[in-house]
Amino acid sequence: MRQEGIIHHATSRLLGLIPTLLVLITIAFFMIRVAPGGPFDGEKVLPPEIRANLDAKYHLDEPLMQQYFRYLGQIITLDFGPSFQYKDWTVNELIAQGFPVSLTVGGLAMVLAFFVGTAIGIAAALRQNTAADYSIMGIAMLGISIPNFVVAPLLILVLAVYAGWLPAGGWDWSIQRMVLPVITLALPAIAYIARLTRGSMIEVLHSNYIRTARAKGLPGHLVIRRHALKPALLPVISFMGPATAGLITGSVVIERIYSIPGLGSYFVQGALNRDYTLVMGVVIFYGVIIILLNFIVDILYSWMNPRIRFDEVM
Amino acid sequence: MNFAKSLRVVLVTGLVQLAGCGDENGDFGRPRENRPQPVELVLLEDGRPDPSVLAAEQVVYRGNGDEPQTLDPHRAEGVPTSHILRDLFEGLTTEAPDGDIIPGAATGWNISRDARTYTFYLRRDLKWSNGDPIKAEDFIYSLRRAADPETASDAAVSLLPILNAREVLAGELPVEDLGISLLDEYTLQITLTGPTPYFLGLLASPVAYPVNRKNVEEFGDQFSRPGKLVSNGAFVLKSWNPRVSIELEKNPLFREVDQVIIERVIYYPIEDLTAEVTMFRSGALDWTAEVPNNQFKWLQHYYPDELVVSPWMGSYFYGFNLLREPFAENPELRQALILAIDRKVITEKVTQFGEKPSFSLVPPGIEGYVPFTPDYAEWTQHQRDEAARRLYEMAGYSAENPLYVEIRYNTSENHKKIALAIASMWKQQLGVIATLVNEEFRVFLQNREQKIITQVFRAGWISDYNDPYSFLEMFRTGHAGNDYGYSNDTFDALLDEVGTERIRARRERLMFEAERELLADFVIIPVYSYVSKRLVDTHLRGWQDNVMDHHLSRYMFKLKSRQAGEQAASSRVDSTSSADVPEAGEAPAEEIPAGEAEVHEGPGAATEVGRKADDEGES
Repeated sequence: MRQEGIIHHATSRLLGLIPTLLVLITIAFFMIRVAPGGPFDGEKVLPPEIRANLDAKYHLDEPLMQQYFRYLGQIITLDFGPSFQYKDWTVNELIAQGFPVSLTVGGLAMVLAFFVGTAIGIAAALRQNTAADYSIMGIAMLGISIPNFVVAPLLILVLAVYAGWLPAGGWDWSIQRMVLPVITLALPAIAYIARLTRGSMIEVLHSNYIRTARAKGLPGHLVIRRHALKPALLPVISFMGPATAGLITGSVVIERIYSIPGLGSYFVQGALNRDYTLVMGVVIFYGVIIILLNFIVDILYSWMNPRIRFDEVM
Repeated sequence: MNFAKSLRVVLVTGLVQLAGCGDENGDFGRPRENRPQPVELVLLEDGRPDPSVLAAEQVVYRGNGDEPQTLDPHRAEGVPTSHILRDLFEGLTTEAPDGDIIPGAATGWNISRDARTYTFYLRRDLKWSNGDPIKAEDFIYSLRRAADPETASDAAVSLLPILNAREVLAGELPVEDLGISLLDEYTLQITLTGPTPYFLGLLASPVAYPVNRKNVEEFGDQFSRPGKLVSNGAFVLKSWNPRVSIELEKNPLFREVDQVIIERVIYYPIEDLTAEVTMFRSGALDWTAEVPNNQFKWLQHYYPDELVVSPWMGSYFYGFNLLREPFAENPELRQALILAIDRKVITEKVTQFGEKPSFSLVPPGIEGYVPFTPDYAEWTQHQRDEAARRLYEMAGYSAENPLYVEIRYNTSENHKKIALAIASMWKQQLGVIATLVNEEFRVFLQNREQKIITQVFRAGWISDYNDPYSFLEMFRTGHAGNDYGYSNDTFDALLDEVGTERIRARRERLMFEAERELLADFVIIPVYSYVSKRLVDTHLRGWQDNVMDHHLSRYMFKLKSRQAGEQAASSRVDSTSSADVPEAGEAPAEEIPAGEAEVHEGPGAATEVGRKADDEGES
């Protein structure tokens, strides 16, 4: 019964992806076209002859609807077309180069945030309303409120320029170059996860079945591990879906400050440069990732929380 | 818990350190005295550096701004891309360290008496990086490719002086009709539509570089990728990781390979100016593309030997929309606004980079051309302010009836600061009530072009070539870049004459008159002329300041560091003494003394550099 529910749910969610994406593509396509200016506008205005050649090369001289259907036809074959800005590369290549970087940095940051965040969250919950709890939560609040464009330069100054332990920026897939960006990205997530964990852990610890477990004489750490942990992590899991999507698709701030070639900058640069194909490619990619991660979160949820049944949900 | 504690420690230390930045003992990077200092430069008789002073590793790490768009020289545009292409390729002409146009792939040329036909004689021993010989045919193929509508080159604007280039670009004539012809295996002729003194300079720009036909035909759009690209410059492309680095290595088949000291050049596309400075400070870069304006004071204090500021071929100005209220048909008002700006305050207090206050359109530093300067440039600011008030009243405005105006600029910290300064000067001197409107770049460009809602707006021009025509041209009636709605028959006629005048002095006189005409119509508010500004490691030598800000890596070399035991003379003594070395052949860069003077004296020194250029122009 439950197994069937999950499969049924999964297929319908995957099918639901198609209309969602179509709406996403349509809105994004027309929005970026409505934005004033085009990819070849600049302070130096091109003579009409040259402008016409460029428009023709990239099919910008066709009516908008024709361009739209041309684009739809193109992405069915998973071809996002050539980038207007980075003329030597196709959008597929740029995403293929940028995503592994963002995935690595964002994924590591998420893993770090999950373990450190839940650990200190639980630690705080177990010492509820003590000085330790307050200081952990105080620092966590600080972690949420200090933006990463402040933290990142600080870390660079202290650890790279001053101490000289780590490189100040750049990318070559070495661990040293990942340390600072991963920490910077993880900090706010750690703080957030710590607060979530603490809150739900406190709630769970007060529930009847925990009291029962304690009454049976189960040692404290076993009560936490066997009974309290799973339900306490539920809100964290639902937070992690969209948060992971955000982290692994790259952060423009982190990428700029640490000079990392991830996906985030393409999003912003593409929009600013009116690099239509690049923006569209990244938007679609981002959309697919978010939908997939939310889907994974749903599955995880049902596994962790026996109260949820898919046949009920639907 | 421990983590939290150490996090707090790090944060607190960081904040304390950061707070200390502005203080005397604030540089907590490598303190100046601990930074390695280069040995003194010793030159051989032929003007080349003595091998004994050179560093073992001759690799330059250059910060390079944005990611290059493409390494196809014909489709490339933008400053960062051009820096790399100048290392990879060589045109018929090329540039010396000081920016002079010198023979490149051509040993020499003849220019016909009507200044319309150029005959180029190629060197006979040239080779592509794949070993093929380079012949005149390669240049014919390449220029045709650049002008071919199929190539869709934006940089092809630079080819417009060539006969029929406009028609070819528009697809009205086949590429074979482009005004170039093959005379023999090593000789080619280029015919122009009119005299174009800057044409030799255009040939040193990427759009006129040769590409290898076999290479292009084999790989199509992908020929400019690493492992595929065939080039003819001092360096070849070794690797390219988008947004990480582009690595070039010495081209063993380059015609002057024995003169090239640098073995490898690594370009880092670093978009964030602050990140670039940090990387420089951590020792990862020898050369930055730029430095952020807000760090000038700090860098001036802690990196005086590394900070290099020099005049650049660009003007920063504001433009009036002459088609719309309140500026249409209102020259008095326009002049009042031009006069009421204290440019010295803007360059010394706002931009702070030694930009030169300007009252003209064309920046100083173009060989043989002295920009027209209106008489009020000589007045004191007090006199200008008084005149401005008079004119403002003549235009019908007063304290009771002030001018309401919108200042429009594209979103940027620097533009905002300048707009604020200008608005407050207008307010203070005239009582003008200005609203600042900032817009995203492309929105701004579109509004400017449409001329429907703009009143007064930020503008500016950085020229691709060393000629005043580049600045004047966009004010022609109906020119695509004429966002001012300016139309003056005399001005247009003068520019027409410039296009056909073959005597240089007369041509310059015509442009001078055109500039006078433009400034007398109060179309723009000149603010300052640009400077280029960057950090350069003291070990890196061989380059020189030049107004185009073109620096080919082939002229550079790296000095080795002074050993700990050696006398640690201050680097200033070092640089002065290196400047004392008699000039010979390829003189070494004298950038350090110049850079230093500017850095220490700020705007004053740059002014002096500018004036020097002016004097040369007059003599």
